[in-house]
Amino acid sequence: MTQHTVKSYEEELTFLDNKIAHMGGLTERLLGQAFDSLNRRDPKLAAAAIVSDKSIDNLQREIEDHSILMIARRQPVANDLRHIMAALKIAGDLERIGDFSKNIAKRALAIAGESHPKPLLAGLGHMVELALRQLKDALDAFADRDAEKALVVWRKDEQLDAMYNSLFRELLTYMMEDPRNIGLSTHLLFGAKNLERIGDHTTNIAETVHYLVHGAAITDDRPKGDTTSSTLIQQG
Amino acid sequence: MDTAAATVPSNRRPASNSAKVIARKVNVHYGDKQAIKNVSVDIPDRGVMAFIGPSGCGKSTFLRCINRMNDTIASARVTGRIEIDGQDIYDPELDVVQLRARVGMVFQKPNPFPKSIYENVAYGPRIHGLSGSKAELDRIVMDSLSKAGLLNEVNDRLNDTATGLSGGQQQRLCIARAIAVSPDVILMDEPCSALDPIATARIEELIDELRSNFCIIIVTHSFAQAARVSQRTAFFHLGELVEEGPTPQIFSTPRDKRTQDYITGRFG
Repeated sequence: MTQHTVKSYEEELTFLDNKIAHMGGLTERLLGQAFDSLNRRDPKLAAAAIVSDKSIDNLQREIEDHSILMIARRQPVANDLRHIMAALKIAGDLERIGDFSKNIAKRALAIAGESHPKPLLAGLGHMVELALRQLKDALDAFADRDAEKALVVWRKDEQLDAMYNSLFRELLTYMMEDPRNIGLSTHLLFGAKNLERIGDHTTNIAETVHYLVHGAAITDDRPKGDTTSSTLIQQG
Repeated sequence: MDTAAATVPSNRRPASNSAKVIARKVNVHYGDKQAIKNVSVDIPDRGVMAFIGPSGCGKSTFLRCINRMNDTIASARVTGRIEIDGQDIYDPELDVVQLRARVGMVFQKPNPFPKSIYENVAYGPRIHGLSGSKAELDRIVMDSLSKAGLLNEVNDRLNDTATGLSGGQQQRLCIARAIAVSPDVILMDEPCSALDPIATARIEELIDELRSNFCIIIVTHSFAQAARVSQRTAFFHLGELVEEGPTPQIFSTPRDKRTQDYITGRFG
């Protein structure tokens, strides 16, 4: 990309990217920790994860302040404007993802004393794995301005939805089997719901990346099965 | 010009869906140097089109083709075709004086005549014979000043010299002078570059009001201004028309990399 005539403008845009990368890294770590604390029944790790959400919130505020200042000072247009708007929106999505992750960590505290049936946690573990991979890919797509990759993330979210649906049924069955499981299962169910929502925000990030690169929203309907192809991308 | 046009325009023409000004393969040479390369563009009626581009890109040269101002430059040679309402304006039979009555122009620096405020506006209608009586001329002058948003400020001193007005007032007087002859097209060559932000805002407001009656073409160095006042934007570079489209699209998602590099301040 050609550099700005005004070097400080360029630096301000780079600053935004660095902040997003930092925020994205912290969010990924928080989500990982939240699940680990649940899986290992580790209240200390859960507490640390909960505290670390604060830095994600602070970063979001920093990105917002910086973006507003840039809009006021530079009157950005075209790709610069899309860049700043994308950073603002992605920061918002990451903040939400941080909150959902924190919520999972809180549930780890609540059920620390209970015994965990392995298969149920394995189901949740697979969801976390996929959610983390999706988040990482979405953030990479932003960093690389890779709309193709963003589209892959966007399409893949249905897998997470499917996992959520099957876990939902599984937990329900488990609760019906033995009412003593209801407490634990409910917490796990909310955890799964949080992961499903995290997937939606990750999808938002993918959409934002597509808009940033092409200047157009993804016009495709979200895939039902794997029928659509990447020919639907419109060059901006 | 028909008698209906003797009054200051107000919905005098039916809005046409087709372009007001059509340029096809326009080339301009100054001696050996080519200033405009093969420019084709349709400029709609009742709206504002902004020409943007770096200095020397040809936007002003092209603007001046539309009322044949380049005729006054001995070395300038214009080829191609420019039509206004389907009429070839480079037709040798065409009366250039009449053309310039139809295509008004406002310049970068306000250039009122060293006459009274009234005379500045009355001058055009008078030489073009647009008014039959003093009363009618008065009406055209008042109407034009009112449309230019200046009447309230000068109503009690119409016979004062125009050069005593502020820069912004002088520019609005020049706009009143341009619309007094009931033009179809108004060309503006950086009309706000000599004005402060408040005077600029008033001119922009005025442009926004005038666009419901005129085809306005504005050359501006301020992207922000182009984004604010125009409905369509054309980007010129090195004599070429690089990209033309709806203003919101040009400023959010330009198609051509040169446009993007220019409007984001990445040029050269």
